[in-house]
Amino acid sequence: MTTDLQTNGSMKKKVVAIQNLNFQYRQKIILRDISFSVFPGEFVSIIGPNGCGKTTLIKTILRSVVPQTGTIHIQGQEVKTLSNKALARHLAVVMQTIDPAAMTVKDYVLLGRLPFFEPYQFFESQKDQAIAQRYMELTGVAHLAEARINEISGGERQLAAIARALTQEPALLVLDEPTAHLDITHQVRVLNLINTLKEQLSLTILMVLHDLNLAAEYSDRLVLLDKNNGRIYKAGTPEEVLTKASIQAVYQTGVEVRPNPISNKPWVFLINPHAQEGKSNAP
Amino acid sequence: MNHRLKRWGLILLVLSVLVVAVGLLALCTGSAGIPVNQIPDILQGGKNTAGYSILMGIRLPRILLGMGIGGALSLAGTLLQGMFRNPLVEPYTLGISGGASLGVCVNILCQFYAVIGIIAYPLSGFIGASLVIFLVYHLNRDNRNVRSNRMLLTGVMISYVASSLVMLLMALSKTDDLQSIVLWIMGSLDEPDTTLIWICCAGSIVGLFISYFFCMDLNALALGDEEAANLGINTPRTKKILFIIASFLTGLSVAVAGIIMFVGLIVPHFVRMITGPDHRILLAASFLSGAAFLTLCDVIARVIIAPLELPVGVITGIIGGVMFIWALSRKQVTL
Repeated sequence: MTTDLQTNGSMKKKVVAIQNLNFQYRQKIILRDISFSVFPGEFVSIIGPNGCGKTTLIKTILRSVVPQTGTIHIQGQEVKTLSNKALARHLAVVMQTIDPAAMTVKDYVLLGRLPFFEPYQFFESQKDQAIAQRYMELTGVAHLAEARINEISGGERQLAAIARALTQEPALLVLDEPTAHLDITHQVRVLNLINTLKEQLSLTILMVLHDLNLAAEYSDRLVLLDKNNGRIYKAGTPEEVLTKASIQAVYQTGVEVRPNPISNKPWVFLINPHAQEGKSNAP
Repeated sequence: MNHRLKRWGLILLVLSVLVVAVGLLALCTGSAGIPVNQIPDILQGGKNTAGYSILMGIRLPRILLGMGIGGALSLAGTLLQGMFRNPLVEPYTLGISGGASLGVCVNILCQFYAVIGIIAYPLSGFIGASLVIFLVYHLNRDNRNVRSNRMLLTGVMISYVASSLVMLLMALSKTDDLQSIVLWIMGSLDEPDTTLIWICCAGSIVGLFISYFFCMDLNALALGDEEAANLGINTPRTKKILFIIASFLTGLSVAVAGIIMFVGLIVPHFVRMITGPDHRILLAASFLSGAAFLTLCDVIARVIIAPLELPVGVITGIIGGVMFIWALSRKQVTL
């Protein structure tokens, strides 16, 4: 299925354009005929069941996985023609977890300036320092600047990772399940921050998310991957994608979908079959 | 930044002073004790005096070799621990010492030294080390990546195989050959060939110089291969070059001085406690600390049961090992 997310206006320059992407690992087809685009300022989330290829799709953009066929363009340039540093200047990545290295938060965030280092440059410039400081303040980790990464909490690490990614000053921020190991306070804090940064910095966001309700709440658009055939099952606004029928077809589990009473976004309720049986058997 | 640069400058200054102080101590210490204030007089006294021969002909070459090898092993350990993100890796983990030992054993048993001279020892050691480097690297690369954990395991296995083959050859060898093999394996800084000493010193400084082009890559690799790649680092290329530098430094050291354990494992850990994990200071600080540590251990090895000498590897193992256990127990060791 080919799905172009163009309702924001096809005249806008695409930040990401993926066309006819196919990837298989040994005999297993992971991604089949994937095509979609992301436009400036959009917040797009990739959702789908475990093993449907969400992270693989992200990795093809990052070039750590090479697709058999298809093209990926970032800001009009094909990713396979870009140098590693050039790619890192276009997009920055926040992974699920960051390794608890012994470096300080400040040194970690400053690593975001590496793609801008000249050959044989060993030290960050004053400008680099100022940029890192700005994003540490924006993400609320400036007070942890001298703390070591392995001494701060998982939530603080994710905020530091976002600060590091922003220090790359990318056009596209890619996040791979950034809330996977966080409690609900930090989940909301991280996603609120990303949403705020998107508005303040006109960032384009491409995120992999497991939690359908968080995806619906924060994303402008969703891309739902189908594990059964590796294709995009549906793409569009949360209201278009998160329907009872599409979720049941892709996840093969019973759900109810209602509007969130506060935001009016789709809200997915899981149905426990035993609870349902109990309810129907009740006198 | 200025504060950090000042701190780094101070660390390098202190370590440089330490290296010079240990060098002077090593010059003065030995079976013939020479007070430090007599050194200028002896040097001005002419080349034919006994004091001059001891200082310039025996002790200085040994000090230079100790500094070159200590620096090289420590630097190789820092590079490998940074690249593999594993605190247990040291230059000999990858089987390089095993390969070199096997090469030297074959040289002794086949008596190549009788054909091409004393150079056969370092040459056979270097060939053995190079073969292992080649084997470990090529068994563990696919089209895009150098597979770190597999590489480590292969190195450890090759080490075991080489050690077993060395023991087999020792069991089959004559008493004289056996003694030569054991002495070589224990490691010594007593190298008569000054050309080899200069090659070793120059090689280790060149290794340090080239390593500095990858100090920021090493900092990024501390976050893992994927994160480093996301920061624009060409991780397969960087790891390949770092592996070659570390192997070259280790091969050079083993070929000239035999197997000197622990320097490459312990010194980087201790230096990291002082400098932190930033490779911009860590590389030079490890080099200088390794140089001072091995030279100091050699002084102790020379004097502790004088007029006899202990193998320097015994001292590095005892001092380094005990200090490392102490640091671990105080939870001061970090990566």
